[in-house]
Amino acid sequence: MDVYLPIANLSVNGLVIVLLGMITGVLSGLFGVGGGFLTTPLMIFYGIPPTVAAASASTQVTGASVSGVFAHRRRGGVDYRMGTVMVVGGIFGAGIGAILFRWFQAIGQIDIVINVLYVLMLGTIGSLMLKEALQTMLPAEKGISRSVKKRRHHPLVTALPLRWRFYGSGLYISPLAPLILGIVVGILTMLMGVGGGFILVPAMLYILGMNANVVVGTSLFQILFVTIATTMMHALTTRAIDIVLAVLLLLGSVSGAQIGARIAQVARPEILRLVLSSIVLMVALRMLFGLGFRPDEIFTVVSL
Amino acid sequence: MNLVRSFLAICVMALCLAEPASAQRDPILVPEVSQHEVQVRQGFVGTELLLFGAILDPSGARAGRDYEIVVVLKGPTGAIRVREKERIGGIWINATTTDFRSAPSFFAVASSAPISEIVDERTAAIYELGLGFIQLSPTGTIDPEEQTKFTEGLVDLRQREGLYKEDMGGVQINEQVLYQARISLPSNVQTGTYTAETFAITRGRVIASAIAEVEVRKVGFERFVEVFSQKQAFFYGLIAVFLSIFMGWMAGRVFAMM
Repeated sequence: MDVYLPIANLSVNGLVIVLLGMITGVLSGLFGVGGGFLTTPLMIFYGIPPTVAAASASTQVTGASVSGVFAHRRRGGVDYRMGTVMVVGGIFGAGIGAILFRWFQAIGQIDIVINVLYVLMLGTIGSLMLKEALQTMLPAEKGISRSVKKRRHHPLVTALPLRWRFYGSGLYISPLAPLILGIVVGILTMLMGVGGGFILVPAMLYILGMNANVVVGTSLFQILFVTIATTMMHALTTRAIDIVLAVLLLLGSVSGAQIGARIAQVARPEILRLVLSSIVLMVALRMLFGLGFRPDEIFTVVSL
Repeated sequence: MNLVRSFLAICVMALCLAEPASAQRDPILVPEVSQHEVQVRQGFVGTELLLFGAILDPSGARAGRDYEIVVVLKGPTGAIRVREKERIGGIWINATTTDFRSAPSFFAVASSAPISEIVDERTAAIYELGLGFIQLSPTGTIDPEEQTKFTEGLVDLRQREGLYKEDMGGVQINEQVLYQARISLPSNVQTGTYTAETFAITRGRVIASAIAEVEVRKVGFERFVEVFSQKQAFFYGLIAVFLSIFMGWMAGRVFAMM
């Protein structure tokens, strides 16, 4: 099924794009990550111009997180207070990201910056998750239950002034911590064309020490609003959103998200974590290969 | 069928034209293109252009000499910057750049015999006969070696994207009168005015040339989307957002029922 993309200026196989959307949708339903970290590089690999890929992926992540947010809201899995603070930080961060994007584009290193960020972010988080998954899996197989780790947030978080009560998350911490986290994720969203869930979820768990029940829902809540902001920013600045591409991706991802959510109810969480961490590490290794050994292209062209 | 009829019509026309111009020695070239307008709409996967025509000697109906034909199809040109990656400190980063003021977005050459056998390098360079002779108007680096490197990099990149191509032997000549060449346009072509230039060459000399134009443009929904995203960026963004929220919400509803 050939579909012509009016903004990307080329024709693609529509089914491939729908399938791509579905894979990321399943991931988002399973783990509460947007899946942008996978869609954007795969679309670029397929031949879609990088800016169009990143811009349209942000639209897709919005769609994938909507149904997730609704699902989590029904069972009270969203801490709105925490979410709102992070959204404010995220939108602010997206603005900073847009400025950085322009600057790196002007000096001609934007693709390198994106690749380095991918390798660093995905590499670190992937290996942390893999370690965690293996640690929980190994004793479980021997039949010894591991002692439950005490929830505690990072010492830096306690050092921040001003404290608010976040009932849903079960925390009494400074709102500056989620705000800063939101800003960082917002910058990355704009630069890398990702939702940032793969950073948010571990950060909420291990740095803020949030109640695990509300982590995925709140992360999706933040992603939803920040990707709306980045979509608007792309529409107004890069003008690279391809609505036909976005619809194809959405078709796959919204249904994939529902499938993912069902699998999540029956599958063992440590297996899921193992799968996610391997995917994340594979993408990171692929990027590292391009950066350190052989880039896809030696020459690149931009129009003036 | 339509193509064949127009082809015949041109041959007849050419014969009529040939009559009064008998004082002239050089032959007349009558080019035609199968499509003067390529419409880019939903489902566009590229198209094939048939460039054809006739070569006629003013003195007679048939151009008695041996001719070689070269056809050059060129897309709209634009200023571009080419960057080269180099390995610095273990990672590949963009190091050197050069600018080209007039790089064609599409460039295809088809000829009835290998270019190097038809003309010398000087003539090839004058008429841009071949991928090695595209006039790119480089600015920036003056060093000819650097320039060649960047030019080759650009040509190689665009060749793999299907935007630059060379087909030695892509032109068929029948009875020294009729010629035809097929050039395919991939789906990733830029819109704008394309020029198809035909050259008749004898003994290393270009003795006749003629130009035909092809307009490539977006029509219908595709044109609407492009214009809308440019002129009404804010509303375009809003539509994208609402569409994604609506589709996400719908999927949730549909699956909840199942």
